[in-house]
Amino acid sequence: MAALAPAPQAVQGDESHLPKAHSWRQWLDREAWRKTIIAIPYLWLLFFFIAPFLIVLAISAGTSQVGIPPVIWKSTFPFGTLDNYVFLTQDDIYWQGYLNSLRNAAISTFFALLIGYPMALGIARASSTWRNVLLLLVILPFWTSFLLRVYAWIGLLGNTSWFNRGLTSILATFFPFWVTGDHIQMMNTNFAVVLGIVYSYLPFMILPLYATLEKLDRTLDEAAMDLGSKPWEVFRDITLPLSLPGIIAGAMLVFIPATGEYVIPSLMGRGDSPMIGRVLADEFFQNRDWPVASAVAVALLAVLVIPIMIYNFFQAREARRSAS
Amino acid sequence: MDVDTKPPGSESGDKPWLDQKAKPFIRIDGVTKKFGEFTAVDNVSLDIFKGELFALLGGSGCGKTTLLRMLAGFETPTAGRLFLDGQDMTELPPYERPANMMFQSYALFPHMTVEKNVGYGLKHEALTDAQRKDRVKELLDLVQLTPLAGRKPHQLSGGQRQRVALARALAKRPKVLLLDEPLGALDKKLREQTQFELINIQYKLGVTFIVVTHDQEEAMTLATRIAVMDRGLIRQIGTPTEIYEFPRTRFVADFIGSINIFDGEVKSVAKNKVTVAAPALGADVIVEHTGTMPAPGAKVSIAVRPEKIAIERKEPGADATGNTIAGKVIDLGYFGKDSLYRVKLPSGTMVRVNAVNSRRADENERVAVWEDNVWLTFAPSSVIILTE
Repeated sequence: MAALAPAPQAVQGDESHLPKAHSWRQWLDREAWRKTIIAIPYLWLLFFFIAPFLIVLAISAGTSQVGIPPVIWKSTFPFGTLDNYVFLTQDDIYWQGYLNSLRNAAISTFFALLIGYPMALGIARASSTWRNVLLLLVILPFWTSFLLRVYAWIGLLGNTSWFNRGLTSILATFFPFWVTGDHIQMMNTNFAVVLGIVYSYLPFMILPLYATLEKLDRTLDEAAMDLGSKPWEVFRDITLPLSLPGIIAGAMLVFIPATGEYVIPSLMGRGDSPMIGRVLADEFFQNRDWPVASAVAVALLAVLVIPIMIYNFFQAREARRSAS
Repeated sequence: MDVDTKPPGSESGDKPWLDQKAKPFIRIDGVTKKFGEFTAVDNVSLDIFKGELFALLGGSGCGKTTLLRMLAGFETPTAGRLFLDGQDMTELPPYERPANMMFQSYALFPHMTVEKNVGYGLKHEALTDAQRKDRVKELLDLVQLTPLAGRKPHQLSGGQRQRVALARALAKRPKVLLLDEPLGALDKKLREQTQFELINIQYKLGVTFIVVTHDQEEAMTLATRIAVMDRGLIRQIGTPTEIYEFPRTRFVADFIGSINIFDGEVKSVAKNKVTVAAPALGADVIVEHTGTMPAPGAKVSIAVRPEKIAIERKEPGADATGNTIAGKVIDLGYFGKDSLYRVKLPSGTMVRVNAVNSRRADENERVAVWEDNVWLTFAPSSVIILTE
């Protein structure tokens, strides 16, 4: 009993004692403003994503013709056709394109995670002064043009580059039975594509992972260690499962754009087994077959969106279950 | 759980710390912890006996949590050794120590059910699955959480979480349980109830508990002994009664409970009686004192707890024993069961007096009210002499 009488405490949130707000403040605080601000990005998405997508969807149901526009629709109901989608299943180049893309994207995502996770963990556990520096270094490559960085890799990986030659001679010294010759063919391989994608998209893996790992309660690690877990067991039982949301977010941010990636496979990949982005571009610009190209685009979207929707469905169900 | 019906520490009597031959169960030997220039724990030595419920009490930054974390293995001492049951565990990592900790924030694993949380530590024990299941069930029964075994921590109330944390920390049957502010996150009502539950569990299992707390009431009710810490040092170790009634330093007297402290000078020393001149009280105070007697002329502090002072409107008769001083009531705090008076003496010094309202009285019939001239009396045995 330290105090003689409890001091009257102000009720939190009660602002009745404050002077009334000016009318212009009230006008600014109006609910309508909040809605407007939220509406702007949604309108942007509506006009520049949904509307173009509907146009693409419409084109994919048309038939190509020689003329302007290079597409024509039936004049009778149902006006469109699914022929273009059927056609995608008939030529190997399409499903192989999808497969190449999904495989390269999956491999790239895996390596981005493998490299990005320790980096994110390292940044999250660094002292606060170092943390900002390290984060800045992760974002730093964005200050240079993406294309320039891809060309830099082309320069490094090329058969006559100092990098390729140097690497080859080092490898040849240590693994003489495995590596021979004066260079390794790195350009125009899937390796180059995966390397390019991992390099370019690594920050998209690191940042969401960092955001998740940084928020983790370190006393949980101590609790696990106190209960007999060695550091790697703490990582397996606590850190890893609790960072799953970050892993999923990072994996999606890498996997989705990597699947549709056009520039890296075009510049660094194999010409004989193109990824789907390249197939799509060729369909538009080389063949000028807009309906098939649109069908490729719509199918790609379906390939990417459907697994995400299934995932979200299960996530929501899990959340509902644990909340009840 | 093995239910030990014997009172803890019964082999060496109820107060093993008084037994010169008793072997301490936990020995903290000259432990220092520095963080850079800051000394969090300063050369602390402490013996804790088997079955004790020992409390480390102090304000924030006094080093109590650092000491506990060193026992758990999360911090390594800069100097000194830590022994548990005769084994040097100074260098042992947390996962090899037979000590478990209950965290202030409980640190329950949010992605695991209550059952999985409690059973987590058992993964590393050499047990069969059935034994593991049995152990988890026993613990859930112990803390009365069996119906909630399948819930996740976020679906539990604060009190339930606290019990999960306790069950989890007890699962491995540690030799010592370390509790960091075990009741700190609970509201007042729940705290009182949980306090006794904790004592009962400790008594049932006979596990040595070391509790860190800043709440003196908590320490007083829970602990067999208390170590009062301040700025990395232990100021006093003793039973709750010793700490409260016989504080050895001004800091301890001031920190535990409420107390009136006055500066004084020893006037004369007789057998068990010391007379101290206290200018603030305007009178000589007779103090009953045993042990080392202060020398006449020594500067000391004298201290009296507010509840040990009687307050009256009538002047006590000449036959009254004890020390009597006059003053005027300046402040009055009415708490229902008791009242707190702040009485101003002629010297200007304020004295706090705490009196139980043992008689039912309306506002006009109170013992004393504002501006009343009153007499305060306190027995010589109620006064503490503090030389430090």
